[in-house]
Amino acid sequence: MSQKVRWACDLDKSVLLGNFEKRGWVQASPDEDWNFYWSSVQTTRNIFSVETGYRLQDDQIINHYPNHYELTRKDLMVKNIKRYRKDLEKEGSPLAEKDETGKYIHLDFLPVTFLLPADYNLFVEEFRKNPSSTWIMKPTGKARGIGIFLINRLSQLKKWSRDSRTSTFAAPSAKDAYVISKYIDNPLLIGGKKFDLRLYVLVTSYRPLKCYIYKLGFCRFCTVKYTPNTTELDNMFVHLTNVSIQKHGEEYNPNHGGKWTVHNLKIYLEGTRGKDVTDKLFDEMYWQIVHSLKAVSGVMANDRHCFECYGYDIIIDDNLKPWLIEVNASPSLTSTTANDRIMKYNLINDILNIVCPNGEIPDMRWNKTPPKECYGHYDLLYDEELAQSEVLERDSKSRIGIATMSLRSRDSRPRQTTTWK
Amino acid sequence: MSALQGQGDQSEHLSVLIAHIVQELRGTVLHSQLKRAAQFQAGKPNIHLSDLKKEVHSALVETGWERKLRNAVYKHMVLYPQMNHPSSSGEHCKEPLSYIRKSQSNWEKRILKSLNSMCTELSVPLARKRPLQEQKELKMKWNELGTDEPDLSAFRPVYAPKDFLDVLMTLKNPNCNSSHENKSMVHTWGLIQMPFKIKTMKELRDQYWELTMTESQTGVDDLSEIAADVYETERTKLGKKVLQAGHSPLAQQFSKKGCPATQRCDLWAQILGVTSDDIDKLYYEQLKSYVFQHDLLVDSLIYKDIKLTATNDDNYFVFEDYLYQALLVFSRDTHVLKHFANSSATPAKSYIRGKLGMEEYAVVYPPNGVIPFHGFSMFVSPLCYVYHDPVRLYFIFRELYMRYFFRLHNISSHPQGIVALSILFESLLQTHQPQLFYHLREIGAQPLRIAFKWIMRAFSGFLASDQLLLLWDRILAYNSLEILPVLAMAIFAFRRVNLMEVTTFSAADAVMADLTGLKLVPLLQVAIFSSQR
Repeated sequence: MSQKVRWACDLDKSVLLGNFEKRGWVQASPDEDWNFYWSSVQTTRNIFSVETGYRLQDDQIINHYPNHYELTRKDLMVKNIKRYRKDLEKEGSPLAEKDETGKYIHLDFLPVTFLLPADYNLFVEEFRKNPSSTWIMKPTGKARGIGIFLINRLSQLKKWSRDSRTSTFAAPSAKDAYVISKYIDNPLLIGGKKFDLRLYVLVTSYRPLKCYIYKLGFCRFCTVKYTPNTTELDNMFVHLTNVSIQKHGEEYNPNHGGKWTVHNLKIYLEGTRGKDVTDKLFDEMYWQIVHSLKAVSGVMANDRHCFECYGYDIIIDDNLKPWLIEVNASPSLTSTTANDRIMKYNLINDILNIVCPNGEIPDMRWNKTPPKECYGHYDLLYDEELAQSEVLERDSKSRIGIATMSLRSRDSRPRQTTTWK
Repeated sequence: MSALQGQGDQSEHLSVLIAHIVQELRGTVLHSQLKRAAQFQAGKPNIHLSDLKKEVHSALVETGWERKLRNAVYKHMVLYPQMNHPSSSGEHCKEPLSYIRKSQSNWEKRILKSLNSMCTELSVPLARKRPLQEQKELKMKWNELGTDEPDLSAFRPVYAPKDFLDVLMTLKNPNCNSSHENKSMVHTWGLIQMPFKIKTMKELRDQYWELTMTESQTGVDDLSEIAADVYETERTKLGKKVLQAGHSPLAQQFSKKGCPATQRCDLWAQILGVTSDDIDKLYYEQLKSYVFQHDLLVDSLIYKDIKLTATNDDNYFVFEDYLYQALLVFSRDTHVLKHFANSSATPAKSYIRGKLGMEEYAVVYPPNGVIPFHGFSMFVSPLCYVYHDPVRLYFIFRELYMRYFFRLHNISSHPQGIVALSILFESLLQTHQPQLFYHLREIGAQPLRIAFKWIMRAFSGFLASDQLLLLWDRILAYNSLEILPVLAMAIFAFRRVNLMEVTTFSAADAVMADLTGLKLVPLLQVAIFSSQR
């Protein structure tokens, strides 16, 4: 009786196609009347651009927000988060509390970062405070470790600026912009190796914010022993954990691809460091994600046709403090190992269940509150709407509050309960 | 035998045991520490000569030395539970059944032969002194041995679980003639036909009663949706008290319901009586220097094994370097030889070059007497989730091996030995899942063919890492490996429906290939307590 969902897709990935087929959905071309479009970021941008004049129907949903780059371009994310902090500070929010050295206690989760060339002078000032420090240069719009290098002397930066000017004839545009961040030179090492975390976060609405965290994230390990030694600055295998880079290392192991589950990380930390600090670490990471999303929720075009799955990259230092490195709008759906394939298949499966419960034709007017059974391997990270209704109903006998925010029930963080009122 | 005689026997055994433990404790660090503590107490001015003994004794109790002594005595009692009659021969103590002794010795000969032929084939010596330069280099990269890629393609594991199972299948009790009509008395449907006494489910139920569903458990109640926090806090609070008491049997009792993740490292150390103090650290460093000085053939076997197993395992690959640090040192540790007094196995001997066959030139090879098999490193891997410090990791592993794991790759009639465990698995499955067993046997998929590697590796590399730690909690807590065949049986019962559908061995094997989704405690509970037969 019910109609089949018509899907379109820009990516030829089995983890996507398999999931569409499993639901008995029918393929449609991007020009036809699709209901569900897994598109590239470019397509989404085109669809929403003024020139195309395309209007999405009520029964159409798509997997990106038109201006996701507010979060996923390194320079813009930094800008948005810095502004968010200032705003909170102005409001006098307890979240913007600072310690005696002037650092935010709860909101200091980005490594010190500057935009180049715009903030060059600010950077030099900061660099001179710690002349031996290492900094990492990243092009703002690129992913998978492309164009990244490390410096620990100002002369290297000058040389780079000279070289890049001579090699390109075009005038410097936003595309050539770089961010330079303080390199986390005390990363937590496990088995002597450096790693970063890839966590998947699904956003179904920015205003009110509704986001989910995927439980099956993973750690990506460098294949080579970590050394903070500056002579190794050129050896990218030591420093970068991107699988696309590590794959070229001689010691890349195709059985696990250097990937270790976040679940294993948790067991390891609980066993060797204790449960309390482990819980604190995970709480902090989850809050960073919520803050980063709240930081852009004002500027994001909150189109009700959109949802988006982000890949968050986080590095943990040896004090078990997490640092948000960057956010990707199109986390890789290529599978490197059998387990990776299963994980990514489930990732898509769970996304579809949350944005399209029961695989029915989407309706953008729905309240975007799927039943808990649909979460799969996702946990509800934050639901502003439920959190607010919880506050309203707190005096009466509210029960739904339990499900609204897993983070919130932690008695170790009482400040949050007052903050989100 | 009359009751009176039995009693006499018992007291005689007891005195043998006491004598043995006194012998063992004499000369230990604890012994001298106790002596010094006692002297200190006796030297106090307010002590009267008349009740010197009493005063010193109560002072030792108060200062905690008595508890330490008790723990030490307990450790020895656990390690040597069956003291044989003083007049029985040494080999009888190791293994009472002569035909088992013979099988084990044949098995050892085979291993040695294969090791020797590998030496000749590859023309590598069993051991060689490293040149100074090489020693230096090795020292430099001790923390990153995994990045070393020596060419090991010519090396192969000396034996794998499958080879060992094939040997166990040929075991026969010469006193038990299979052509007799009382065939049904002994014969099961399984692969191993040995008349060993094993426990029934009823006995296991009594033994593992703490696992029953009405008792709350770590691994269940700390993960439930309701009041997990409360359970966790209460449990950790109790665990703290247990740790403060510093009493091995208490820690053991507590761990029967699973160790909280945070306290596992200390609880296990307390159960095993492993302290890892400064002397242990020195000892470890000493062993390390032996590794630097000599290159052994078994090193290549260890390398190869780690590369074949842990390095490829997505749960354990990050710990690769820790495994070298534990296992290379292990092969040099002559303290490990002590466990042979308790084992049916005898360490292999080799002879100084040119002195073949001359007993006075015989040396144990490798120095610890243990030749690793395919998968051996998986006995260490899970411990990396618990112990961060390589020294502590090492001593815990050594103790676990000397207490439990050696039984999993030697032929013996011990109730904890691999033979008895295999029989226990087959008999439980036959008794409680006869249809399933029959079906698998008919299609040529003998259950033990699938379960043997699980048992032989104590499930390491098969279960998810957290579930494995919960399983090993129970091994330590109940001081028994019998949980392994029980779990194997439980898994078969759990996958029963799928197994009943398969028609080939490979299909059955595929059904059992991935155990990482299993939850240990509920599985055991269903297997042990739901069938009231």
